[in-house]
Amino acid sequence: MADDWTGMWKELGLDLEKHDVLMGALGPLYLKWFTDQPNRPETMAYYDFVISQVHGLRIKELLDHKKKGGTVVGTFCLFVPEEVVVALDGVAVGLCAGADFSVPIAEAELPRNLCPLIKSFYGFKLGKICPYFESADVVVGETTCDGKKKAYELLGEIHPVYVMEVPNKKGPADRELWRAELDNFVAAMEKTTGNKLTEENLAAAVKKVNAKRRAIKRVHELRWNDPTPISGKDALLIMQISLYDDLDRFTQKTNEVADELEKRVAAGEGVFDKGTPRLMISGTPMAIPNWKVHQVVETSGAAVVAEEMCTGFRYYKNTIDEGAKTLEEMKEALLDHYMEINCACFTPNEPRLDDIDYLFKNSRARGIIHATLSFCTPYLVEAENVKKFADGRGIPMLALETDYSDGDVGRLKTRVEALLEQVSS
Amino acid sequence: MAYYAGIDVGSLATKCVVIDDDGRAAANATLPTGVAGAAAARKAFDEALAGVGISAGEVARVVGTGYGRAHVPFADRAVTEIMCHARGAFEHVGGGVTVVDVGGQDVKAIRVNDRGGVAEFAMNDRCAAGTGRFLEIMARALEMDLAELAGIDAGRPDAAKVNNMCTVFAESEVVGLLHEGVEPAAIGAGILRAVAERVSSLASRLGGNRYVLSGGVALNRGFALALAVALRRDVDVLPDPQFVGALGAALLARG
Repeated sequence: MADDWTGMWKELGLDLEKHDVLMGALGPLYLKWFTDQPNRPETMAYYDFVISQVHGLRIKELLDHKKKGGTVVGTFCLFVPEEVVVALDGVAVGLCAGADFSVPIAEAELPRNLCPLIKSFYGFKLGKICPYFESADVVVGETTCDGKKKAYELLGEIHPVYVMEVPNKKGPADRELWRAELDNFVAAMEKTTGNKLTEENLAAAVKKVNAKRRAIKRVHELRWNDPTPISGKDALLIMQISLYDDLDRFTQKTNEVADELEKRVAAGEGVFDKGTPRLMISGTPMAIPNWKVHQVVETSGAAVVAEEMCTGFRYYKNTIDEGAKTLEEMKEALLDHYMEINCACFTPNEPRLDDIDYLFKNSRARGIIHATLSFCTPYLVEAENVKKFADGRGIPMLALETDYSDGDVGRLKTRVEALLEQVSS
Repeated sequence: MAYYAGIDVGSLATKCVVIDDDGRAAANATLPTGVAGAAAARKAFDEALAGVGISAGEVARVVGTGYGRAHVPFADRAVTEIMCHARGAFEHVGGGVTVVDVGGQDVKAIRVNDRGGVAEFAMNDRCAAGTGRFLEIMARALEMDLAELAGIDAGRPDAAKVNNMCTVFAESEVVGLLHEGVEPAAIGAGILRAVAERVSSLASRLGGNRYVLSGGVALNRGFALALAVALRRDVDVLPDPQFVGALGAALLARG
């Protein structure tokens, strides 16, 4: 029985007509791309359920949390320290930013030659079609690119926004800046939530979020086996859902997936045949429902076995030191962790190449796809560094620039197939 | 004697090449792709078979390529046009070259390895600039046929500067120049130069010392010369350039 959430959506002030069109398009796409995959792990049923309730039950949970005095904090970026939000009895959720549907709405105000992620989220807010946005007490932005930085100014006129300044380098002065930003963020969140950050609540939050990162890491590292026990699409989906699902439940369910995958690996079972060409993807984040590149690869006879992306390795690579005792030590541990994210907003950003090297070797990939959202300048330029790295090691690499529309799927397929011919020859 | 066929279903034209055991091209055929790629593929295949004087049963294997490669119902397998152009060019000139394939709707640069495979490739993004279609539309705006445009010397000193590479904007720019009284041949020269610049920036990404040109636009002599100037390198037009992809497909069918 399908639940009727219309009343809840109306209360949130959603544009029901537009929202119906969006959901009407998303459902069939998901069925076609996900539930039809052969040899899928049984534990993926949970994520199917989560997607079926993406704007339903999960929103109700958020609203219930708010009724009990809790706070909902919307984010778009890994740099926003979710441990602080969780410690203060807040829920951090990644907001809608991955659909082409809302792009034309945003283009009434934003330039065409701007990253689709920015246009998508701005369109979701402007068009009132994202219940996460409408549930969020505050949106925490960050200065990881010029497009977002400026878009947050516009967003601030129609929604409460708080912006963290992410440094552009990783020297001592930059760490000082980020420390000040962390302190400011804690103060702002304490004010918003009405709670005080303590050693106890922060330690507990760090443990919880660490457990989530570890669970995702387990699933993602099991893909290093050949045959891979889970499709790249499903592994990406789990990562995407981690950004908005209930923290403890998600961790538990994801560990259940890892348990099932371990059994599969032990039995030599996989979703694709052993020996299927394996590719890793590196580049910009993929927000739900952006599954385009994975879909193209996995319908072209190959498997995606790793993502060096924010929706992937950059999120689960490190956990935060749990040995810190005082609040100050804990904040240092947070600083250590967040300054280790190798985002293209930093200059230089050579450690990203080490990450790619590590993932490429361990995942036993045979080629790299560098996938960048259109107009994402930092990553588009950095593609050349990655190309030099790949050339130097004789690794076949394909650089793609694409947005959320499906108009270029045929062209992408030609290139991906040509990369596979290169890898296989 | 066994025969092998390669069918290149391009965005504008469908080409078929039939080769014999020795890899010699026995016949070829080309016709507009139109709206039904599968039908065009069948027709081009039939025409080529008639050219050799054999029946379909005498063809041991067929490889489909090009943008409609997945829709050649009688093909034994599909291979990307990138690999086929590499293989076709290798047959003509050997390895170590960079093939520039300028087709109806896209441009590719492919560095060929010493086995006839792909060492590296680059392809234009979603934009018609620098393609056969772009030249067709510009010729029409100039009220020339393509042969006339191809006959223009892009090096003429009075070549107009054409800045827009968006097909629609370039068309209005051309119309504007005509209204200003600029000679059509001077505008044509500007167009050839602009397209050559665009294609050369894609090709230079791969580097290489020797460039060869394939695809239908390679028949445009003015463009080939302009490209050589833009790349500051010799550019050799491959024999029957529009059939290089289909030839590569036929050779891959032979294995």
